[in-house]
Amino acid sequence: MTTNIFPAIKLTIVTLIFFGVVYPAMIWAIAQLAPNNGQGKVINADGKKYYANVGQKFTEDKFFWSRPSAVEYNAAGSGGSNKGPSNPEYLAIVQARIDTFLVHNPGIDKKDIPVELVTASGSGLDPDISLKAAWVQVKRIAAVRKASEDKIIELVNANTEKPLAGMFGPGKVNVLSLNLALEKL
Amino acid sequence: MKTEILGVVAMYAVTILMAIPFGKYIAKVYAGEKTLLDSVFNPLENLFFRISGIDRKAEMNWKQHMAALLTVNFVWFLLGMFVLMNQDWLPLNPDGNPGQTADLAFNISISFVVNCNLQHYSGESGVSYLSQLFLMFLQFVSAATGMAAAVILFIALKERTAEKLGNFYNLMVISCTRILLPASILVASILAFNGTPMTFEGKDSIVTMQGDTVAVSTGPVAAFVAIKHLGTNGGGFYGTNSAHPLENPNYLTNMVEMFSQMIIPLAMIFALGFFLKRKKMAWMIFGVMTLGFLVLCVPTITWEVQGNPAIAHMGVDMGSGAMEGKETRFGSAASGFWSIATTVISTGSVNAMHDSTMPLSGMMQLLAMMTNAFYGGCGVGILNFFIFIILAVFISGLMVGRTPEFLGKKIEGREMKIAMIVALLHPLMILAGTALAAAFPEITSANLNNPGFHGFSEMLYEYTSSAANNGSGFEGLGDNNPWWNITTGFVLILSRFIPIIGPVAIAGLLANKKYIPESAGTLRTDSATFGMMVMAVIIIITALSFFPSLTLGPIAEYFSMR
Repeated sequence: MTTNIFPAIKLTIVTLIFFGVVYPAMIWAIAQLAPNNGQGKVINADGKKYYANVGQKFTEDKFFWSRPSAVEYNAAGSGGSNKGPSNPEYLAIVQARIDTFLVHNPGIDKKDIPVELVTASGSGLDPDISLKAAWVQVKRIAAVRKASEDKIIELVNANTEKPLAGMFGPGKVNVLSLNLALEKL
Repeated sequence: MKTEILGVVAMYAVTILMAIPFGKYIAKVYAGEKTLLDSVFNPLENLFFRISGIDRKAEMNWKQHMAALLTVNFVWFLLGMFVLMNQDWLPLNPDGNPGQTADLAFNISISFVVNCNLQHYSGESGVSYLSQLFLMFLQFVSAATGMAAAVILFIALKERTAEKLGNFYNLMVISCTRILLPASILVASILAFNGTPMTFEGKDSIVTMQGDTVAVSTGPVAAFVAIKHLGTNGGGFYGTNSAHPLENPNYLTNMVEMFSQMIIPLAMIFALGFFLKRKKMAWMIFGVMTLGFLVLCVPTITWEVQGNPAIAHMGVDMGSGAMEGKETRFGSAASGFWSIATTVISTGSVNAMHDSTMPLSGMMQLLAMMTNAFYGGCGVGILNFFIFIILAVFISGLMVGRTPEFLGKKIEGREMKIAMIVALLHPLMILAGTALAAAFPEITSANLNNPGFHGFSEMLYEYTSSAANNGSGFEGLGDNNPWWNITTGFVLILSRFIPIIGPVAIAGLLANKKYIPESAGTLRTDSATFGMMVMAVIIIITALSFFPSLTLGPIAEYFSMR
C-alpha cells in the first residue's frame, strides 16, 4: 500500500488533467466545426428557436400529435413511464389514450391506431412518429384546417425521413418539422 | 420491419468484422510491438510516468499487481466522493445543481470506479458539469483497469514459467491512451456532427409551438457518450441514457454507439488469440460467447417485435411492436437487440426502458447479466469466462480420468477453490441482496413502480445489475435512498474486485508452475467439444442458481398475462 499510494495519487492527477480536461477540450474544439457549434441542431422559424431533435408536446387538434410522454416533453429532464407490461393501472391509461384518440379523430377505426401513438417513449422527448402514426391523423388535420386530405398527405410525404441509406432502421416523420410545414400551408 | 431487422444484422456483422483487426492491434499494443501512433503516445506516456515517479518497466508479480490496482482504485473512489458531495460550490455548475448526499455519493463514486455506473440520479439535475467530467475520467480509467487485469492474465498464460507479469500502471495507461482515447475521439466527433451537444453552457429555455415554456439540457455530452460506450461503462449523460434524443440523435448514431460498446469486448477475445498465438482458442471462446448471445438475443427481438399481448387485446395496430419506453427512430428490433447487447456486455446503457419490455425479454436481460460471461465488459468479460474455463477443465478432466491441465499447467486444489469462490459469489450477491430487500417490505415496497411479479423483478434486476457491474436498471425503482445506495454499493465493490483478483490469482499461481508440454494425452481446450463443455458448465451453474428467482419474477408475470 505505502509503496503505491504516492505514485497512485500523482498518476491520478496527471491522467485526470489529460482525460478530464484535455480530451473534452479537444472534442469541444472539433465540435466547433459541427452544425450550430456543437450546441445541438436547431430550427429557427418565425423568430423562434426550436431544437430539431428534442420532441415537443403537440396535443391540439390542429397539429399532428406527438407521442405520449412521461415528462410532458420538458427537456429539463427526461424519463420513460417505466410501467411494466402487465401493470393494470398502466393498461387503463393506454385504454384511456385510445378512447381519447377516437373522440378526437372521428371516422378512424381502432385497428388503424398504431401502438406508438398510445404508448409513452423512453426519453419522454421522442421527436418522431412513425409514418402510420402520421397517416392516421391526416383526416383530422384536413377537417380542422379545412384543407384537402391529398394536400396533407403530400405534406407528410415531403417530411418523411427514409431508413438510413434506404436500408437500415425504421422510416419516420419529425413531428416538429411536419407541424412547421403545416403552419406554412 | 424488414429494414429494422436489416439494421440489426448490419450492426452486428460490422462489429464482428472489425473486431478481428482491432484485436490484432490490441495484441500488438500489449506485446509492446510497434504501432502506427508510437511517436505520439510514447512521449505522452513517458511524461505521465515521469511526473508520477513510476518506472513503467518495473515488472510486478500478481500480488504487486493487485496491490497497485486496489490502491489506485481507492484514490479514485475518495476523490469521487469529494467531487460529488461538493459539486454545489465547485466550478462548472451553471445550473446550480446541489451537492449529493453521502449515501448517494458513496454509491455513485463506487459504481463509476467499478465500471458499473448504476446512476441513482438523473444527469440533468443530479450532477454538475465538473462532476460529469470527473465521472468521464473514471469511465476511462475503470475500463482500463479491467483491460489491464485481463492482460495480466494474458501474460501469465503466455509465459512458460514466470514470476513477473508486466507493470500494472503501464498496462492501465496504455489501455487509456492507445486504445480508448483514439477510438473515443473518433466516436465523439461522429456524435457531435450528428447533433449531440458538446458545450459548457447551462440549460437553454425555449417556447414550444403550442406555447409551453420548457428547458433543454445540454452540456459536454459527445465526449462523455463516446467513452461511456467504448469503455463498456454505460453511465449516461442524461437520465434516460441513450434513449435521449440528444445523447443518441438518429439511427446512425445508434449503430455507432452499439458498435462502440461491443467492439472492445469482442476484440479482446481475438487479442487473446493473437497474443498467445492460439487463434483456435480465441475462436472457441468467440463461438461459445456468440452462441450464448444469440440464444438470448433472437427470442428477445422476437418478443419485442410482437409487442404487448395485453395491448393487442385492446384492438390497436401492433405493427411496430412493444413501443412503451421505446423511441420511434430506433424501433422495437434495434431496441430489443440493444437490451441484450448491453446486458451481456457490462455496459448497461439503454436506448429503451427495460422496465417496460416484455416479461420474458426482461428475463433474458437478467440471464445475460446472471451469466455475465458472454462477451462481458472491457477485460473483465475474459476474466469471468476464464473462471468457467477452469471449472470446465476440472470437470472434464475428472470425467475422462486425466489430470486437469490448461495450457500446459496443472489445475490443482487451490486454483479450484478460488474459481469456486468467484463462481458462487455472483449468485450469492444477487440472491442474498434480493432476499434481503424482499424481507423488509416496509422499507423497499414503497420504492417499487409496479405491483406484483414485476415489482419483484425490479428488485431482482437492481441487484443483478449491481453484481454484474452492469448499471442498467428497471428504472421505475426509486433507488436514490439509503437502502439501495448502501446495499448495492457493497454488492458493487465485492462483485468487481473479487472476480478480478480471483482469476488473476489463478493465473499468477499457474504462471509459477512447471510447464508440461502438450502430448497426445492432453485434453484439448481449443476444440468445439471443449467449447460445448464450457457452455454446459455455464448453463448448469446459471440455471441451478437463478431459476427459482426467475420463476417468481418474469416467468410468473408471463403466465399471468396469457
